[in-house]
Amino acid sequence: MSNQGKMDCGRRRLIVATAAVGGAGAVAALVPFVSSLLPSERAKAAGAPVEVDISKLEAGQMMTVEWRGKPVWVINRTKEMLDSLPKLDDQMADPKSAKDMQPPYAQNETRSIKKDIMVVVGICTHLGCSPSSKFKNGAEEGMPADWQGGFLCPCHGSTFDFAGRVFKAKPAPTNLEVPPHVYLADTRILIGEDKKGA
Amino acid sequence: MAGGTYEKYKSDGSIGGNVLEWVDARFPATSMWRGHLSEYYAPKNFNFWYFFGSLAMLVLVIQIVTGIFLTMHYKPDAALNANGVPIAFASVEYIMRDVPGGWLIRYMHSTGASAFFIVVYLHMFRGLIYGSYRKPRELTWLFGVGIFLVLMGEAFFGYLLPWGQMSYWGAQVIVNLFGAIPVIGNDLSILIRGDFVVGDATLNRFFSFHVIAFPLILLGLVAAHILALHETGSNNPDGIEIKANKDENGIPRDGIPFHPYYSVKDIVGVVVFLMVFSAVLFWAPEGAGMFLETPNFYPADPLKTPPHIAPVWYFTPYYSILRAVVWNFFGLDAKFWGVVAMGASVVIFAFLPWLDRSPVKSIRYRGPITKVMITLFVICFFILGYLGTQSPSPTGELVSQICTLFYFGFFLAMPWWSRMDKFKPVPERVTMK
Repeated sequence: MSNQGKMDCGRRRLIVATAAVGGAGAVAALVPFVSSLLPSERAKAAGAPVEVDISKLEAGQMMTVEWRGKPVWVINRTKEMLDSLPKLDDQMADPKSAKDMQPPYAQNETRSIKKDIMVVVGICTHLGCSPSSKFKNGAEEGMPADWQGGFLCPCHGSTFDFAGRVFKAKPAPTNLEVPPHVYLADTRILIGEDKKGA
Repeated sequence: MAGGTYEKYKSDGSIGGNVLEWVDARFPATSMWRGHLSEYYAPKNFNFWYFFGSLAMLVLVIQIVTGIFLTMHYKPDAALNANGVPIAFASVEYIMRDVPGGWLIRYMHSTGASAFFIVVYLHMFRGLIYGSYRKPRELTWLFGVGIFLVLMGEAFFGYLLPWGQMSYWGAQVIVNLFGAIPVIGNDLSILIRGDFVVGDATLNRFFSFHVIAFPLILLGLVAAHILALHETGSNNPDGIEIKANKDENGIPRDGIPFHPYYSVKDIVGVVVFLMVFSAVLFWAPEGAGMFLETPNFYPADPLKTPPHIAPVWYFTPYYSILRAVVWNFFGLDAKFWGVVAMGASVVIFAFLPWLDRSPVKSIRYRGPITKVMITLFVICFFILGYLGTQSPSPTGELVSQICTLFYFGFFLAMPWWSRMDKFKPVPERVTMK
């Protein structure tokens, strides 16, 4: 250093200013890259509603349809299945469906529009696995003896009843999601939309 | 030594000599050769545990070469082909059945992934027992932890590519883990997937990360790891500094040139390793469901989770730790704390150089407390690993909680237990036992 101890403040300010402008430019250049990682317009548009015909769905049966890449279950619940719901209230984490996991018209005892027909997204609210159906009694399904029927998530053991309500002290934090849906006719459901012919 | 200055090569008049002199005047060829190989002095008492560094390099080369050839035939496309099979899944089956030698290259790559982790875990264990992470090698260790993290990412991205059931649901679970982070979690997991569900966008970006981004980072970190090592010189089973005792030429009395002594010795390691590797490759390429899990031979089905899903074996200890945390704290979900614990269980290795307060490095001169603690740690690691492959059960949960507690206790209480131990006097010179 030729002029020790003396700092050329003008040059220093220039260096700081250049570095700041360059840094701001580098950060701004990140924007297009990061935004390219977001869902594309095509992915956003892919959420078209799905129409389901349930005329062949017998009592006690379940069918799975794909909506937005996720499984949606339609279950025709028997009277026995429906009767099990109130009995389980005290074992449920959210028995009254207080958390916003369903449209207002499904915020009732059976979490459905029609009492017997359950429409629910078959994705565990813990880490996104699809629970398996365990409809029979405990012994046949390898579940505890007081098992009333419902669903078991194979990944981390969360259990749900026939209304998709989660049992207490399980990893899943909330009940299964009820998607927006509407009855176009008695046996035709539109999943993904609330209003007929909207 | 690395970083030292070496004279430029002077030709002896031969053609080869002239070429080398020409190159050496323009590129530090001789200097690099000497600094890192022929005049890099490594302690003469390396034992069995010192094979795994060079073996990790070998596996890295295997993975890169096989990866290049797999990329020529693989198609990262989740769309269904005319037969209703996802194109990505079908292209892997095409490699296995129709590409000449494709099955061998694919099995080398999938077995190589598991071999990589076996070798790296043994390499890390060596560092743990001989105190290789201690001053002055903290940076070598930190670069190593970085390599380990990148390797885990690389393995995770790679596992999605065959687009089988385990690929799909494994990625679904792991990406959803990020959703547990408060406030930003949901958006972050969408940013990672590039869609609202694991789909084609996810597959394509994971392919990009797996074949370009992460290998580049990995190579950079490996170079930094070796440069840092060659700056300080290698540790050894006695945990003493060979540079403290140099002869009149400035060469450590207990050091021998890496080449030819260790380059040749490592060939023995390579041969034995390749024998074991080939045995797995030809006789048990799926590793009894450990290296390639059975559900992954079914194409990805977004509507159905396989009855039992578990990560590949090298992730299971951390997966167990994730599952062990079932309590809510501070108003945040257990899910979030599980993710935090899992992340911490990997990152905590980075703090080892500052947690270990023992006056000696090597386990050879440390007392019973160290030996018991390290043994228990290894046992816990294996138990956690085993439980991670199993379905959740109440007993398993309790055992994994105990092991998780010990896992973190091992690290967090290390400043105390590492000092309390009895120590034996450390010799002046390395020993050849």
